[in-house]
Amino acid sequence: MIGVNLSGLRSTRPHEYAIRFVFGGSATVLAGFLAYKFGAGIGGLFLAFPAIFPASATLVSAHERERKHRVGLHGTERGRSAAAIDATGAALGSMGLLAFAFVVWRMLPGHNPWLVIGSATIVWIVVAFAFWKLRQLRHIAIRAWRRR
Amino acid sequence: MTEWILRFLIGGIVVSLFAVIGDVLRPKSFAGLFSAAPSVALATVGLAIHKEGRPYAAHEAACMMIGAVSFCVYAAAASCLLRRARTSAHVAALSLLPVWLAVALGVWALAGRP
Repeated sequence: MIGVNLSGLRSTRPHEYAIRFVFGGSATVLAGFLAYKFGAGIGGLFLAFPAIFPASATLVSAHERERKHRVGLHGTERGRSAAAIDATGAALGSMGLLAFAFVVWRMLPGHNPWLVIGSATIVWIVVAFAFWKLRQLRHIAIRAWRRR
Repeated sequence: MTEWILRFLIGGIVVSLFAVIGDVLRPKSFAGLFSAAPSVALATVGLAIHKEGRPYAAHEAACMMIGAVSFCVYAAAASCLLRRARTSAHVAALSLLPVWLAVALGVWALAGRP
């Protein structure tokens, strides 16, 4: 079940927000610099650079570990497992990223740029969600098959 | 200089925004989708269209597809490493960045360096 838990915002410290801001800003500058220096081909590759993942996986792992420590448990393994789940989600999300790029590539030359970017963003979330849902359904089917 | 500062600020804001969305969503596997959000692309495509024109930005997007395939390999490798080896999350995420680069450049070269 998909839900929103705002306590995730409170557990992120100011310096962790700053790290993500700097990492994201730097990745964007790097993509622009490489496009300027080596052309649109190399610059384009870096539009799919993992700018959020390293920081988010580290934070997910650290927060899960701290949560377990607070109740007197050793949370290292749990933290690692949470980061692995985050990474699986990122791998599924990358299919949405691929769809985003495809829409921009095919539609941009002949359509309004803002319409293209908006449509590509919707396609990204729909495709990413579809892959995530398929994986959920596959898990449910495997569990049901094992119970039989 | 102003353009680079603008890029940095827009990139930082967009990436932070997606990261915050990922922070509040549950379950974690769903929140993970936002780790692969097109944050750098959203921050860059508008600037590329404004400065270089639509064909240039479309060319960048075509090559971004190669980067996305490489991202999939990178994230799947990170997931495997975290599950099977006793590696910490930041070591796994950072040590595999060269894998992302190698796959991206390798596929780009095989595709004839578009």
